[in-house]
Amino acid sequence: MFEIGLGHYLTLGAIIFTIGVVGIFLNRKNIIVILMSIELILLSVNINMVSFSIFINDLSGQIFTLFILTVAAAEAAIGLAIIVVYYRNAGTIRVEEIDKLKG
Amino acid sequence: MNIDINLILPEIFLSLSIMTLLMIGVFKKNSTSLIFNLSVLTLLILSALILNLSNIGETFIFNQSYVIDDFSNFMKILTAISTIFVMSVSADFLKSLNIYKIEYPILILCSLLGMMVMISSNDLIVFYLGLELQSLALYVLAAFNRDNILSTESGLKYFVLSALSSGLLLYGCSLIYGFTGSTNFIDISSNTYEVPYALTFGIVFILVGLAFKISAVPFHMWAPDVYQGSPTSVTMFFALIPKIAATCVFIRFLYVPFINMIDQWQMIIIFISIASMIFGAVAAIGQKNLKRLIAYSSIGHMGYSLAGIATGSIGGIQSSITYITIYVIMNLALFCCLFMLRRNNNYFENIDDLSGLSKNHPILSLSLLIILFSLAGIPPMAGFFAKFYVFMAVIEQSMYFLAIVGLLSTVIAAFYYLRIIKIIYFDPSKDKYDTNHSFGLKISLLVSTVFILFYFIYPNSLINIISKINII
Repeated sequence: MFEIGLGHYLTLGAIIFTIGVVGIFLNRKNIIVILMSIELILLSVNINMVSFSIFINDLSGQIFTLFILTVAAAEAAIGLAIIVVYYRNAGTIRVEEIDKLKG
Repeated sequence: MNIDINLILPEIFLSLSIMTLLMIGVFKKNSTSLIFNLSVLTLLILSALILNLSNIGETFIFNQSYVIDDFSNFMKILTAISTIFVMSVSADFLKSLNIYKIEYPILILCSLLGMMVMISSNDLIVFYLGLELQSLALYVLAAFNRDNILSTESGLKYFVLSALSSGLLLYGCSLIYGFTGSTNFIDISSNTYEVPYALTFGIVFILVGLAFKISAVPFHMWAPDVYQGSPTSVTMFFALIPKIAATCVFIRFLYVPFINMIDQWQMIIIFISIASMIFGAVAAIGQKNLKRLIAYSSIGHMGYSLAGIATGSIGGIQSSITYITIYVIMNLALFCCLFMLRRNNNYFENIDDLSGLSKNHPILSLSLLIILFSLAGIPPMAGFFAKFYVFMAVIEQSMYFLAIVGLLSTVIAAFYYLRIIKIIYFDPSKDKYDTNHSFGLKISLLVSTVFILFYFIYPNSLINIISKINII
């Protein structure tokens, strides 16, 4: 009988993690997509943590996951606030137009 | 479970005073000056509380997830004292930009609390929470001048890249947790005798996250933009204090849980160190903006402090801690000079603005001369000794290639420091700058310059304190 093991969960986590990282670098349009990609990275870590925690029979991974969820919420809030402030100054949130600082 | 509350009294005191200051700031109108003074007072009391713990030896609390030892005490005092200097020089600058608000000292105190947690952490969860508390406050600080497009853009860039690096770091944490079965540093170190590949991946991910925090090559791309865009007083904070905390975590993370895996991480650290030294030296040459130049020079300096960490010996760690201490004092002095380039409430930050400074401001030019000589590593300034200790430790471990590359990049870096001195002393002079600087700014510049200049008379004062630090 086919059984879902630790390897499957880790593969799922790795795929989501890769999608998140690639999403940050390939995205040229909207900064909101970057926020979504960051959330994907954190979620893939959560999948990893929870599956490890179950398969090695140790609770601290699940506790870590709760902390990560909380921090991710705070991070998204601050990120959105910064994006709003930037939009008021620049009038755009297109990634390719965020280039005032260079040299 | 009995915990001696005195051991974490500094952290408790700091978090309670943050909340109190926030309440005072919200309910009392026009209380910005009061909050600034109270937060400096808080930091002074905090330093005294940490100093009070200095003879305690190595103590673990909260199920070994939090450690208090000579190392953490020294680093915490260093962060607290340099924060006092940052606060005392930034008030005038913030007033001139109309961003003299209560949030500024409170955010700085918040990130300081995060860094103190990071410095003392002995567990992946505690370490992550401290790191995030520090970064969340720093995102807001970078975008603090919220009506200025450069400042908000630097905040945005710092947020995106820092969140990405936290994500990578967390992924590394999850791999390490899964393959060692614990988040505690001591338990991890007892489970690393057989090394699966995944564990090496975990270390690499965490090193990427940490290298980002100290802006080491190849994860440095945010540093010049953020340094240039954010308000100068925030840049000063960025250049000094998070580097102390991140270096400390670098050392503790590599030497407590993963000392058995030194073969795996040593080459990575050597690579990061060499790349940072060379890049910091070469990329700074063409810069016109002083803050951008400081960013590149700080990338280079981080390379030297990593060279000390890469040795794997106790002497290397101590030389690295000495390096970061002297680096902080040198950059403090350099930023004080930057704050003195002011005319009619406008602050100047280009290298051209220094042209002919010596004709109108001989004392400021003299201190800039001392600071830049020290940054370039010319004896007998403190910066020379800092580099000397690092290279001594590197050569003792027979890592000649690292030492040779380091010395060569010192020579390249000396070019752009000396070019600034040439501009100050030999180029045509410009209009006079204002001379009515605040007392805090003058004192900070005086103290740090005197330290740099006279360090060679009694170098043992610093060495004796640092030589007590032993974490292996």
